[in-house]
Amino acid sequence: MSTDQPMIQVDHLSKTYGTYEALRDISFQVKRGEVLGFLGPNGAGKTTTMRILTGFLPPSRGNARVAGYDVFGDSLAARKHIGYLPETVPLYTEMTVYDYLDFCARLRGVVDRFEAIERVMDMTNIGERADTIIGKLSKGFRQRVGIAQALVHNPDLLILDEPTIGLDPAQIIEVRKMIKELGKEHTIILSTHILPEVSQTCTRVLIINRGGIVAEDSPERLAARVRGAEHVHLQVANAAPEIATELEKIKGVLGAQKKDEGVYEIETTLGADRRVEIAALAVQRGWGVLELRPVGLSLEEVFLKLTTTEENVA
Amino acid sequence: MRNVWTIASRELRAFVVSPVPYVVSALFLIIMGYLFALILITSQEASMRPAFSNMMFVLLLLAPALTMRLLAEEHRMGTIELLLTSPVRDWQVVVGKFLGSLITFALLILGPTLYYPLLMKFLGNPDTMPIVTGYIGMLLFGSTFLAIGILTSSLTQNQVIAYFAGFVLLLLLFIAEPATSISGQGPLGTVLSYIGIQKHYDAFFSGVIDTIDVVYGLSVIAVSLILATLVMQARRWR
Repeated sequence: MSTDQPMIQVDHLSKTYGTYEALRDISFQVKRGEVLGFLGPNGAGKTTTMRILTGFLPPSRGNARVAGYDVFGDSLAARKHIGYLPETVPLYTEMTVYDYLDFCARLRGVVDRFEAIERVMDMTNIGERADTIIGKLSKGFRQRVGIAQALVHNPDLLILDEPTIGLDPAQIIEVRKMIKELGKEHTIILSTHILPEVSQTCTRVLIINRGGIVAEDSPERLAARVRGAEHVHLQVANAAPEIATELEKIKGVLGAQKKDEGVYEIETTLGADRRVEIAALAVQRGWGVLELRPVGLSLEEVFLKLTTTEENVA
Repeated sequence: MRNVWTIASRELRAFVVSPVPYVVSALFLIIMGYLFALILITSQEASMRPAFSNMMFVLLLLAPALTMRLLAEEHRMGTIELLLTSPVRDWQVVVGKFLGSLITFALLILGPTLYYPLLMKFLGNPDTMPIVTGYIGMLLFGSTFLAIGILTSSLTQNQVIAYFAGFVLLLLLFIAEPATSISGQGPLGTVLSYIGIQKHYDAFFSGVIDTIDVVYGLSVIAVSLILATLVMQARRWR
């Protein structure tokens, strides 16, 4: 395949279970080297999308290509390019870590299995447990074995369904670090409903809700887009009753709201930075500026705004 | 074929560490040892034929226990997602499982009974041919039991249900022929008498390998494994 061809090309994909529409007509692309975050509340269609991409479920309508191969029509060829960590880590609990990875490597036709297993055990830091029965491993180790399994055939694309679910905070940080590291060499899709995970690990976010894509952009730009207006936070030493009305007289200021004694939130038109004018006015009136800064919307707010109103900003 | 063997060899290792095959083997050998001794002492005849027939009846109860785990457990544990997203075809998974259970059956169930004919050879003068064809029959019809067990294991996540469904299906093969006494000799009677399994394996045990019996055994295996593959595919669409 050529290098400018997208790693994943999804066109008008739909999936219905009986009468329930799990996915409705979603389309997106993932370029080589991207780390795409799938964000959405539980039941939004994240797992369904991933299962279609990995060839586990057939789509009801539409099609998807991975590395140029149709995931349904040319499923076996597509699967060779994918490493997949399902939400429930698919482990045979009676096998040792090494035997399990060896089995996975054989399933995917890895030629030099010993070398491949050593490599992924190194990457996921499970070498010391190579001979442990999987059933005796802690949740964090099992997750790592799951990731090692997805990497053993050195796939172009990694699909990780909720890779940090059920882990303790230290393990979560470790797994995120690992994903960031893997993102340097692999194209990754990961799903999550935890927002900081996306801003920490992904280059692009796709927010899905009730089977449809509601937004798609980089984490930072997504926040900016949803804002709709710029917000500036102002704190002054000498609170005076007329400050709010004075601020509203500045050109481009939509409104000023008193939040607390001497604390104001000023809303200005999108793309207009009025901090210079605000500062000048404050100095001229002798309010005594303590703090003046733009306010960004956190990804949490973006997410809630998008998934609760279903507003399409894309 | 490499994929089939990958699945089969994993299954063999799973059988080795699971207590189920050992329990099944032990129960089988206890019951068979008792029956074998009983028949040998009362009949004073150096023939394996009654022993083979008894083995089939005992297997009716025990064979589904060997296969009940095979696909049901994959669905319950979610490991099916690993198999079905690997570059492996659905039928290769089913055939691999079948092969794994067949090897276990041959080594752990059938293998230890080989001392019966050796004992007879030592004590008397049995016909060799019926013993050889008998063991071929045991392998063939044991395989049909395993294939049917894999089919019922593909239908559920619950091993107990897989076991009983397998047992009932096998029982139907055993009781099909007696039903001809009600149905008469019409077309239904012909079908029922063909479906009935005893007649087919009995021929093997008496030293006769007939094409129709071989076809019967192989078709039951093929139909069961094809259905199990279709069930797996259908479960994806669900």
